[in-house]
Amino acid sequence: MSEKKVVYPYIPNSNPDVQKEMMAFVGAKDLWELYEEIPEALRYKERLNIPEAILDEFNIKKHTEKVLSQNINCSEYTSFLGAGCAQHFIPAVVDEITTRGEWLTAYGAESWADHGKYQAFFEYNSMLAELLETEVTSVPQYDGGQSVATAIAMSTRINGRQKVLLPELMNPTHRSIVENYMDSVQDKLKVDIEYVKADPATGTIDMADLRAKLDETVAAVVVENPGFLGILEENLEEIGAIAKQAGAEYIVYVDPISLGVLEAPANLGATITCGDLHSLGLHLSGGNGQAGFISTQGDAKYVTNYKDFLHSLVEPEVEGEYVFGNVLIERTHYAQRAFGNEYTGTGTNLWMISAAVYMALMGPQGMEDVGRAILYNSQYAAKQISEIPGVKLRFDGPFFQEFVVDFNMAGKSVANINRALLEKGIFGGFDLSRDFPALGQSALYCVTEVTTKEEIDRLVDALRAIVEPTRS
Amino acid sequence: MLVAAILKEDGEVDMVTLGLIINPIAGVGGRAGLKGSDGEDIQKLALARGGTLEAGAKAEVALSELVDLKEEIRFLAQPGAMGGDVLEKLGFSYQAVESSSAPSSASPSDAAVTSAEDTVEAALQMAAAGVDLLVFAGGDGTARDIYRTVGLSVPCVGIPAGVKIHSAVYANNPKSAGQVIRRFCANPSTASMVESEVMDLDEDLVRQNIVEAKLYGYLTVPRMQNLMQQAKASARFSAHDIEGIASEIADLMQAKAENTVYIFGTGGTTYKVMEHLGLQGSLLGVDVVAQDGRRRIVLADASETELYECVKDAGEVVLIVTAIGGQGHIFGRGNQQISPRVIRLVERDNLWIVSAAEKIYGLEDNTLHVDTSDPELDCELSGYRKVITGWQERIVCKVEA
Amino acid sequence: MDQDYKKLLRNFHQARWDEPIIFEMSTPGERGVLVPAASAEVQAAVGDEAAIIPESLRRKAKPALPEVGQMRVNRHYMRLSQQTLGNDVSVDIGQGTCTMKYSPKVQEHLVRSNPDIADIHPLQDESTMQGLLQIYHETEKYMKEISGMDAFSFQPGGGAHAIYTNALIVRNYFEDKGEDRDEIVTTIFSHPADAGAPATCGYKVIDLMQDNELGYPTLEAFKEALSEKTAAVFITNPEDTGIFNPRIAEYVQAAHDVGALAVYDQANVNGIMGITRAKEAGFDLIHYNLHKTFSSPHGGMGPGVGALGATRELEPYLPVPQVKFDGEKYYLDCGLEKTVGKVRSFFGNAAILVRVYMWIRSLGPEGIREAALCSVLNNQYTVKKVSAIPGVTMYYADGIRRIEQCRYSWEQLKEDTGLGTEDVTRRLVDYGMEHYWQSHHPHIVPEPFTLEPTESYSKKDLDEFIAVLQQISWEAYNDPDIIRTAPHNAPVHGIKNYYETDPEKIMCSWRQYLKKTAK
Repeated sequence: MSEKKVVYPYIPNSNPDVQKEMMAFVGAKDLWELYEEIPEALRYKERLNIPEAILDEFNIKKHTEKVLSQNINCSEYTSFLGAGCAQHFIPAVVDEITTRGEWLTAYGAESWADHGKYQAFFEYNSMLAELLETEVTSVPQYDGGQSVATAIAMSTRINGRQKVLLPELMNPTHRSIVENYMDSVQDKLKVDIEYVKADPATGTIDMADLRAKLDETVAAVVVENPGFLGILEENLEEIGAIAKQAGAEYIVYVDPISLGVLEAPANLGATITCGDLHSLGLHLSGGNGQAGFISTQGDAKYVTNYKDFLHSLVEPEVEGEYVFGNVLIERTHYAQRAFGNEYTGTGTNLWMISAAVYMALMGPQGMEDVGRAILYNSQYAAKQISEIPGVKLRFDGPFFQEFVVDFNMAGKSVANINRALLEKGIFGGFDLSRDFPALGQSALYCVTEVTTKEEIDRLVDALRAIVEPTRS
Repeated sequence: MLVAAILKEDGEVDMVTLGLIINPIAGVGGRAGLKGSDGEDIQKLALARGGTLEAGAKAEVALSELVDLKEEIRFLAQPGAMGGDVLEKLGFSYQAVESSSAPSSASPSDAAVTSAEDTVEAALQMAAAGVDLLVFAGGDGTARDIYRTVGLSVPCVGIPAGVKIHSAVYANNPKSAGQVIRRFCANPSTASMVESEVMDLDEDLVRQNIVEAKLYGYLTVPRMQNLMQQAKASARFSAHDIEGIASEIADLMQAKAENTVYIFGTGGTTYKVMEHLGLQGSLLGVDVVAQDGRRRIVLADASETELYECVKDAGEVVLIVTAIGGQGHIFGRGNQQISPRVIRLVERDNLWIVSAAEKIYGLEDNTLHVDTSDPELDCELSGYRKVITGWQERIVCKVEA
Repeated sequence: MDQDYKKLLRNFHQARWDEPIIFEMSTPGERGVLVPAASAEVQAAVGDEAAIIPESLRRKAKPALPEVGQMRVNRHYMRLSQQTLGNDVSVDIGQGTCTMKYSPKVQEHLVRSNPDIADIHPLQDESTMQGLLQIYHETEKYMKEISGMDAFSFQPGGGAHAIYTNALIVRNYFEDKGEDRDEIVTTIFSHPADAGAPATCGYKVIDLMQDNELGYPTLEAFKEALSEKTAAVFITNPEDTGIFNPRIAEYVQAAHDVGALAVYDQANVNGIMGITRAKEAGFDLIHYNLHKTFSSPHGGMGPGVGALGATRELEPYLPVPQVKFDGEKYYLDCGLEKTVGKVRSFFGNAAILVRVYMWIRSLGPEGIREAALCSVLNNQYTVKKVSAIPGVTMYYADGIRRIEQCRYSWEQLKEDTGLGTEDVTRRLVDYGMEHYWQSHHPHIVPEPFTLEPTESYSKKDLDEFIAVLQQISWEAYNDPDIIRTAPHNAPVHGIKNYYETDPEKIMCSWRQYLKKTAK
């Protein structure tokens, strides 16, 4: 007598009686008859060598919690980590809505039955457009890095040129993504990359170097504002003017949470704005809270060169109804296969819901308030840290949320310092020594609206103590 | 003209204007076992043998697809069997196009007197009136009459009602013709149009069981296939195809030796490709192109003999063909000048088949056909071939006799 | 066809709130949430705010976001969610190839509320992420076991992204070998990304038409496409038609014979986990969609993970970092000599990995196989019933059992009644069913629809969905107007230009809408 068969809660027809009935209905005596199309040589007859099932729900939860409890999280320790994602205040309603089962479990069906989803997407587009002072946004990409790569690809389609200028201090992950994207099997299809130097004192774009490199072969100039290292580009508008003169597209990468206090790049000449939605209501989640966006004005030359789905208000049968459609679809590769613009597929649509609710809750004043809080907190931290002997701020000039701390005179490596900070319950700033060897032992410190004065003061005291014995 | 004046006065710009021409005698030969319906004698013979007038019924099936759009469509038609009867039956209103010779009675025996001239005259009037789309029901003969009247100047679509339908201007069946018209009406200004072949079978020869199709001309027809979810394939899409194919051909030509000659076969796609390459090809004929220093046509609209003599001593011969006619023939419908001996001068890899991807997707039996009249050659040409469907894009397709 | 099916139909009506666009709800001065401010001492220490940002970069005008109080924002989006038919509320067997399965709530609750995943910064010291890294490492082991491949990366953010990454690996591989190969081969029924992603890497694309009897390309056609210029073939098996190519190993061999790599798009692996493996078929690179097969929810099209698998030979090309174990602790290793670098930030969508780990652990070896088996059983049951519905025709592989999904055609229905697949899909929602999926472009099978009844659905769910299709078929023949004017019970009525093609007419944002309707 064989063991009683397990009936899995997630697999209703594992129920033996029902299964028997269905097998009879389809005329299959056993599993391999269902799979009769799979030839003998390809049949896997072994038992999968994976751990035995933890069948009951109580225990699978307990087990996973136990595994994860080995982690130390940013609620337990104070985190000064940024470099692409950071701790922010996430309103409860954002989570309430984002975790609704309907959004979570929908996919790509048409807009009659998923009207709510499409309206939410449209509202996301619309609110982001207000932050960015643009008109059109496609559904989001995998992350900010992809948005930069695709924005550049769009530019090459728009003006037919094959070179891009990138800032030398750009996000190293984005750099890798873009370098892969611009390369090609066929030399004639490659897009050349040139890096524009940064002014060593301020970290901003070296305007002379930019001018020297900018000509009619350049498809796009890319600038981050704030930069990966937190630096603000005072010459943002001027860069846009000379890019325009050379006939190049001007791509500016932003952190959207800054746009309550920082001017929208589109108002300073940016033709394509991109960035990551992370700071608009997404949790850290080990890196899961990322989504890239690309946004432009509504001119045909931009609109016809997006690679992802565009959702729009369209004409209803019943007057007065808001209805939504999926527009210009022959533009995406869904309609043209290899011919379409790059490729597209599952992206990060759920995060549009989070961002929409976040922006709706914040409103104009909320965006200004949070931007201000970040400015003050980060300025305070920078100031306090700069007064620690053996430690200084690497760059002069304005910054937003993040800044580079120079530990070259501290007598210890950043790795060492961070280990010591860990013992005091602090995640120190991101170690830049590997990605930016020219900066030596430096770290990127991130301070947001959730960091308190006490936490900053505690960091400063800890750093002081750590550096004191060895500093020069 | 009176009709044109009425249209202009109307001022209703939202409506779509369709011209309707039914060739009531088309198809009469079929049931009677004759191989065509052209000519008064054949028509009378067919009726005597019990052939029935089916074109009207088929037009009715097609136009039934538009009944709920009554308010948005305006028809122009001749009263009686050539259009008015069907429209009235379906409840469409229409503006009458009077003819000088055709009777307006609906009786079959009188209808037997309709001739090509009636079709031509109606078409002329409708074209002058500025119809958005000229809808005709008939066979290859009707298509030829429409072509010689309007050429490529007016968009057309055919409701198949004839015996022989080799022309690609016809939809697969009356119902799908109706759907093509419907799609066109939804977006007349951005509908994607394709130049489709009008074929010409010599009917006397056909009755003697000799089939020799000739490419007679082209009509501008709305794209038949609807292979995207409800998407109206935009004009940009089809232009993109041709542009892509032309770029690919240009790249391929660039890589070849200077003493290569290129035979461009008949067909809308090859013609357009030549256009993109800066060459004025012959729409219904075969041209030879050389690219030694300058890209130029060295022989235009060649006969078989001229063609053979021109290329037989060339360094390398490249043959560029496309699918012609309703069944996707790359040889045998309209390009008989490319004879077996010419084809045999071409190495396998130098046979470049070009086609819009949509045409390949829409092939009824997933197969391109060859009919060189040399069965052995047909066999050699059969198998799987890469078709150039765009820039750096190929589709592998079956080729068969 | 007996009339009992009518008993299974429900008298459904979706919520219809006629909800305004959020901008229309705006009341100047209203606040949705108050945010933490810098403390007074901090502000005093920093001083003048105006000095922090240069004038040229300061925001001049506040962004014109709507101003709506919290309760109203919550209510508004709750209403919108009610007007969305996710898998949680609707029987979603209609979305073929998407593998709509149940995302267990125990997993969802954990990833959203447990700070040991929700509050983890990916750049934290490895010693503080041992739990997460363990999950990565373990899950990689399970994937290797299920596929037979030697190494996995979870960095790509979706299936298409994994295909792209695989194309990158192919590109770098042949560059290192010094071989000039610039073509790839794929099939007409593959996901468009199997052509688009390699094309993005610069590859020329050769597409294969299917053989009308087999439903997939013949080996002969395949060989015609291959040459010494072929870098890789991108194959899906079973394809979206649900037909398994029994000679798949020969196709892979044919690719290897010309020196090309074989890349497996396994978006459709749900029916064959534990039944047949990529390894025995000979593939060099594969991918799984963790947000399809492995239970992570779809999210309205993302976020997702494209789990990329490679042979030992190609492992050096994988994106970095990898997660390794030294016997005592887990660590992130960026040492792969030939890595393609990065295709996405950090090490991928970590919360998805936690769900996948839990799902596999809760099923174990037997459960995984049972899931595959039941998805196939569910499908074959559905095929037998649906193919008998008036107006449905089956394409290809007559009499051949399908694996986990099947493509059908309403061609006959269209010819008989003038109503086709788009009409049916609009009517589905009147019975509480999500729209089904038709097909990728191009619609080779006319009037297509593709159903995938995953193992999550009970027989009762299947019977209800099938009953709805039967009903709509009956309506098409007997009461067509009700379909023509559908949907009736959805939040909205008909749409005139769903796939608008004119750039001048689109209104992607509220400001664009206002601008274009002002005239």
